Amino acid sequence: MILRTVARLMLPILLLFSIFLLLRGQDLPGGGFSGGLVAAAAIILQMVANDVATARRILRVPPVTLLSAGLGLALCSGLLPLLWGEPFMTSHFVCLALPGGAALELGLPTLFELGVYLVVLGVASLAILSLAEEGEAR
Amino acid sequence: MEPPGALRIAQSEPTRSLWRWMLLPVLAPPLALTGLLLSRAPAVLAGRPLGLSIAWVPSLGLSLDLSLDGLGLLFALLVAGIGTLVFLYSMPYMAGERGLGRYYGALILFMLAMLGVVTAANLITLFVFWELTGISSYLLIGFRHEEKESQESALMALLITGSGGLALLAGFILLQQVYGTFDMATILAQPGLLRSHPYYGWVLGLVLFGAFTKSAQFPFHIWLPRAMVAPTPISAYLHSATMVKAGLYLLLRLSPLLANTAAWQVTLLVVGALTMLLGSWRALRQRDLKGILAYTTISILGMIVALLGLATEHAVEAALVLIVAHALYKGALFLVVGAIDHETGTRDVALLGGLRRDMPVLAVAALLAACSMAGLPPTFGFLAKEAAYGAAEGWRAAALQVGVAGVLLVAANASNVALAVVLGYRIFFGAAGGPWPRKPHGVSWLLIVPPGVLGAASWLLGLVPGALDGLVGGALAAAVPRSQGVHLQMWHGFNWPLALSAVTIAVGYALYRIWPRLFRAPARRFPLSAFRAYDWLLHTALPRSAASLARLAQDGSLRVYLLAMLVVVVLIAGGPLVAGGLWSNPVLSQEGLSWPELAIAGLLVTAALAVVVARTRLGAIIALGAAGALVTLLYVRFSAPDLALTQLLVESLGVILLLLVFHFLSPQFGPWPPKRHVAVDIAVAAAVGLLMGTLVLVANGVQLAPSVAEYYLAQSLPSAHGRNVVNAIVADFRGFDTMGEITVLATAAFGLYALLELRSKKGGRRQ
Repeated sequence: MILRTVARLMLPILLLFSIFLLLRGQDLPGGGFSGGLVAAAAIILQMVANDVATARRILRVPPVTLLSAGLGLALCSGLLPLLWGEPFMTSHFVCLALPGGAALELGLPTLFELGVYLVVLGVASLAILSLAEEGEAR
Repeated sequence: MEPPGALRIAQSEPTRSLWRWMLLPVLAPPLALTGLLLSRAPAVLAGRPLGLSIAWVPSLGLSLDLSLDGLGLLFALLVAGIGTLVFLYSMPYMAGERGLGRYYGALILFMLAMLGVVTAANLITLFVFWELTGISSYLLIGFRHEEKESQESALMALLITGSGGLALLAGFILLQQVYGTFDMATILAQPGLLRSHPYYGWVLGLVLFGAFTKSAQFPFHIWLPRAMVAPTPISAYLHSATMVKAGLYLLLRLSPLLANTAAWQVTLLVVGALTMLLGSWRALRQRDLKGILAYTTISILGMIVALLGLATEHAVEAALVLIVAHALYKGALFLVVGAIDHETGTRDVALLGGLRRDMPVLAVAALLAACSMAGLPPTFGFLAKEAAYGAAEGWRAAALQVGVAGVLLVAANASNVALAVVLGYRIFFGAAGGPWPRKPHGVSWLLIVPPGVLGAASWLLGLVPGALDGLVGGALAAAVPRSQGVHLQMWHGFNWPLALSAVTIAVGYALYRIWPRLFRAPARRFPLSAFRAYDWLLHTALPRSAASLARLAQDGSLRVYLLAMLVVVVLIAGGPLVAGGLWSNPVLSQEGLSWPELAIAGLLVTAALAVVVARTRLGAIIALGAAGALVTLLYVRFSAPDLALTQLLVESLGVILLLLVFHFLSPQFGPWPPKRHVAVDIAVAAAVGLLMGTLVLVANGVQLAPSVAEYYLAQSLPSAHGRNVVNAIVADFRGFDTMGEITVLATAAFGLYALLELRSKKGGRRQ
């Protein structure tokens, strides 16, 4: 019961933290890989606290879709510069001014990182959820 | 008003009629190409080849070079001209079939590919188009892909011509090694360079292999009769008039480079003669009209190869004339057979006879073409046959050799005469046959016009042979340097060729008289056959060797796989390390080790040992997790927060994953393996550990190039817009690596997904 309550509370925090890690990677430790792992940990916590079906419901999207989308996104971020006749994976950035004086630099590598994030989340939750499902079925 | 019978299917189904007229645009490409070629022909024949060059992979020196000269023009006109007729013919022939888009698509692809082959000015361009003809041929042979026979025949053609294509590529690459370029004009301009080069034999062998498989020479001829499962217009176009002549085109094109050596002569003469005789004999034993046409095609292809083997100017001229004559009459006869099949539903020669009553116009078309096949004056076929005899007569060799050549040619031609009588006379004007699966209703005029045009052309060109002087002369100039020009004529006076023609017709008629016994005789099985060799290779030898290789490489034991991989790593990485003496110079550390680091290292060793000696799985997992945590600690100690963060997360998820997997297994490990295994495992493990340790220490002291670290540190913020250098490297500087890594990750996940998904779909679970 305690675990369930804590897990429910932790879900938004962990997911936010994972996105924080993803975006922060540009300047400080973090990035798509660790962000994706934290997101997967958030899902797995739900699995441990409740069951696989609940975790899947919270994930909403099948892991296979997630990892396909991530791979496609990473590939697209590399392919986009080809449209302007530049080499594969040339990076470009735009600077977004955020309210409160902060600034967020977004670029094609950010898109690429998002792809990595999705692949890692997809792979980790696919492996663990489907193995746990097998275990539940026995 | 349509002629009666033309839209026989359409009258009952108006939508089909509409569909048929919608197909008219497919005629546009062949018509346009024929027109284009004809309009450019005078300029090309006047010695101004058309050229086109598109850069493709400039860094590799590859470009798409096309150039149209006399030789290319001759073939291109056949391809486009007969192609137009075949498109026209296909409209009624294929009406109502499913997959017409596929059919016409592959047909247009083939046509363009074939035009590409004969206009390629670059060996790689030639190879690409060459393979495209093979692929479109595969698609068309397998057009009725639900039928097993179609599948097997298409596969056979693809495997045989495809292996030839690969040989050809190897030959072309060798040529590039010799000349430093793939450009054909440059290579053909200096034949001497290759002649004296040790690669000559290899180039010759590989090119001949490619040409022989494509042009159905013995023993690779077996795919051609099987390819007859394709719709008949395809057989007429690809497997008789054009594609199978791509090999001949290649021989002609490269003959300035390769011909006139003993190896060329002997190979082409022997293979050509064997193919010619085999084709002629097997043709006489066929019941199926298309079988007859296929084997006579093989026989003529062999004859042309043998003529090219003679390599005299007259012989090459005869080969060119024979190529044109054969394309015209054989194309016509194939289309006639297709019309017969379409109307009566059978191609069995024993059932067919007296067809002139139901299809009088088609009978005339067949008779016109058959006269050319039999080589009767004044058809173009006669001219071709005379030219072949003349070439044999003019061969500067011993009288015995010339005599043998003459006899073989007469034998092959006599078989053609006999079968021409069957095709042009017996089935139309002979005794009535039957019963037929279908009753003829009167043949659509679109099924009659194309063979009629080809048959009539065989006569017209025979009557006015001078019309082809320029075209054949232009082609000859490309194949034989310093050729004298061509003057085709019907009447050469009373000479040996004329006498041989007379003998041929007499022998041919005699063969025709005994032919009914030949084709009805039961098939004999020879102890050796190319077909059974293919079958054995594909269905016995290949699976067996694959199975034994799999047994050898994959015995299913995880321990053996791991040992194999690790031993290879130790040998490959450790060998140079020891041999190069690098191992003796390890650099420990500039700063020396501190106590906390030593303590972590000691704990790490303990944890690793605990993993191995743990008797329960849970214990092993915990020990492994501890080892991972200690490594993380080391990263923190050496100020690598990125690594530490990732390592910690991976370790946590890894432990969960292992727990889930071990859930399926018993909590205890099994009994200890035999002592022998343990000893080997310890030795290998120690070797790997020693190697990795030494490698790290040695790498510490080796600096081959200026470090890239400075570049990354300096460029991280300005170029990658990030202060985190590690992340900038992963996501930007070396993003390509990361792309590869996530692809591997995703592939592994898909594998896992497939495994678990398949198991749960099957329902049953293995223990």
